[in-house]
Amino acid sequence: MFKILEKKMLNPTICKMVVEAPRIAKAALPGQFLIVRADEPGERIPLTISDYDREAGTVTIVIQPIGASTRAMVENFEAGDSFADVAGPLGNPSEFVRMPVEELKAQRVVFIAGGLGTAPVYPQAKWLHEHGVSVDVIIGARTKDLLIYEEEFKSVTDGLYMCTDDGSYGFKGVGTARLEALVAEGKKYTQCVAIGPMIMMKFSALTCMKLGIPIWVSMNTLMVDGTGMCGACRLSVGGVTKFACVDGPEFDGYLVDFDEAMRRSAQYKAEEGLANGK
Amino acid sequence: MANRIPRVPVREQDPKVRAHNFDEVCYGYNKEEAMLEASRCLHCKNPRCVTACPVGVKIPDFIELVAAGDIAGAAAKIAEDSSLPAVCGRVCPQETQCEGSCVLGVKGEPVSIGKLERFVADWTFAQGDKAVEAPKAGGKKVAIIGSGPAGLACASDLAKAGYDVTIFEALHKAGGVLEYGIPEFRLPKEKVLKRELDAVRALGVKIETDVIIGRTVTIDSLMDDEGFEAVFVGTGAGLPKFMGIPGENLNGVFSANEFLTRNNLMKAFREDYRTPIHAGSKVCVVGGGNVAMDAARTALRLGADTTIVYRRTEVELPARKEEVHHAKEEGIDFQMLTNPVEILGDERGWVRALKCVRMELGEPDESGRRSPVVIPGSEFEIPTETVIMALGTSPNPLIARTTPGLETTRRGGLVADEAGATTRPGVFAGGDAVTGAATVILAMGAGRRAAAAIDAYLRKK
Repeated sequence: MFKILEKKMLNPTICKMVVEAPRIAKAALPGQFLIVRADEPGERIPLTISDYDREAGTVTIVIQPIGASTRAMVENFEAGDSFADVAGPLGNPSEFVRMPVEELKAQRVVFIAGGLGTAPVYPQAKWLHEHGVSVDVIIGARTKDLLIYEEEFKSVTDGLYMCTDDGSYGFKGVGTARLEALVAEGKKYTQCVAIGPMIMMKFSALTCMKLGIPIWVSMNTLMVDGTGMCGACRLSVGGVTKFACVDGPEFDGYLVDFDEAMRRSAQYKAEEGLANGK
Repeated sequence: MANRIPRVPVREQDPKVRAHNFDEVCYGYNKEEAMLEASRCLHCKNPRCVTACPVGVKIPDFIELVAAGDIAGAAAKIAEDSSLPAVCGRVCPQETQCEGSCVLGVKGEPVSIGKLERFVADWTFAQGDKAVEAPKAGGKKVAIIGSGPAGLACASDLAKAGYDVTIFEALHKAGGVLEYGIPEFRLPKEKVLKRELDAVRALGVKIETDVIIGRTVTIDSLMDDEGFEAVFVGTGAGLPKFMGIPGENLNGVFSANEFLTRNNLMKAFREDYRTPIHAGSKVCVVGGGNVAMDAARTALRLGADTTIVYRRTEVELPARKEEVHHAKEEGIDFQMLTNPVEILGDERGWVRALKCVRMELGEPDESGRRSPVVIPGSEFEIPTETVIMALGTSPNPLIARTTPGLETTRRGGLVADEAGATTRPGVFAGGDAVTGAATVILAMGAGRRAAAAIDAYLRKK
């Protein structure tokens, strides 16, 4: 059992939880994810790691209720309760972690974060900041109330750019428009990383292609085991089938077939409708 | 001397009824039936059945005890060599092992050894839990990676020899393929698997779930920081294979692993679990092994009209005879000498049909089986909503990638000698992780051999 030490609603739908998982906290690196199964009837849900504390032995996750299992996680679990299972860290750490120091120091990185994907950008930005790398972060949401993690990012970024579709806070428009504006202002980036809804990552990739900036995207596909067993997470990258869980979760955004990935993500929608009644 | 008693038939659930439920197909023998069947054994001087058993169960000895009505004695006899009799009695390919070597089989039907083993194990369960005296632990620490058949067999033998054994399991439930792969109707989880696992735990073996070796913790860290003096890798062959034909990423195409894991481990067939599963009204399963049979029979039970597509003939089907027989009884359609060439989708990206070609058998290949050859111009479509690929699996590369000094073969299996020693001192391996996908009992045999090798290694150390 994995005890929930802290629970906080970050906005009306996104919930943050700090969970006791010493083995995982010790091994976790930016870019990796966990599989959480809240209780016996629950699904195994892949969730990107939003923070980890090796000394306290904790990992932080953020959850947005989408299906029956994520809804149960948020609605039925409070601080002091325990999740039945938390397994990880899974997937490969971010490319930055594996980069030679010289190459890393030369990076000027911009992140585009959207919705739930904002949280997993945090450990990456923090890690880069701690390693002396220049980091800009663009956070987008539909409206002001949905923006999350602004405070946390302030201390780990060189530039923090908030955007809302309706202009209620920060830049009016989507994250990719903000990126184009920053580049037009003379900002130079060696690498972009986009984490968020697939549609946002797709347009981030298109924008980066136009701007000539390499981009990695973190593919939040369907998964069952998360260890390479089931193949539910397969996607096409440069025309080759890859498993997000073991080959990713981060891939070259220029090469990902986003339309296929989005279609595959909706695969259990009809059945999930039924499960919501379970 | 002629054996006049015919093989005692085993009672089974009616095919028409069981096609709609996940309850166990076979009811097994009662004591009377088992004693009668046991009386058929000729007690050969050189019992070929024992040689043919990968773990060397003393078959004539336990059968003699069954015939005499001493079932507890028979259970003790089996336990000397097998830690999972209720599982093996149900899933072993007896026809190619013990029963395939039975002298009675030459002119008639072999002794029903599998069903007798199962009876002994089930009878033992029915007596209730008796206090098992855990062997004196306190010995050296051994880590077992993977709680499937290889790991469980290895752990049991080591615990019996007094070692302090911990099994690390990546999933949330122990059992490996016995839990996620083999369906309830063939291997009941609560009634059989859980009790077998309890019996292993009763020997003092600890099982830690949710630990992915190579990610959560490495083998090096287990040995350097956690004091494990030897490691056994029994991580199986978990990676699914696909055909590489167009259309495999359409919605409605699944690996058998995904389909079965959703249903077995995640209990999608039960109303009270939240996991979704997609079968639809028509399912095609590609492949001819036990996994293909399991996937097809699961799809059938979920309400789909189900077809198995296999490129050779029924004679070459690698599945257990009993599974093929059961699948047919339940109404599964078999399209033999048929090979998919493409999966066709509709405008929404969902499967609409499986495009296949007809095959004929040509010359024997290196495996001795006649290889199928395409009949030109034989293309045709099978309309279907779902396609399940059951083409075999290969070992997971995670451990090899994260453990320096551990070599793999070209096919991804760990390099290990006959006793299970890998290229890394103190690290042993066995089962599908070494051989590629095989059977439960072969994995158990490898686990037992490795346990002996680990014991020898640690005594010398």
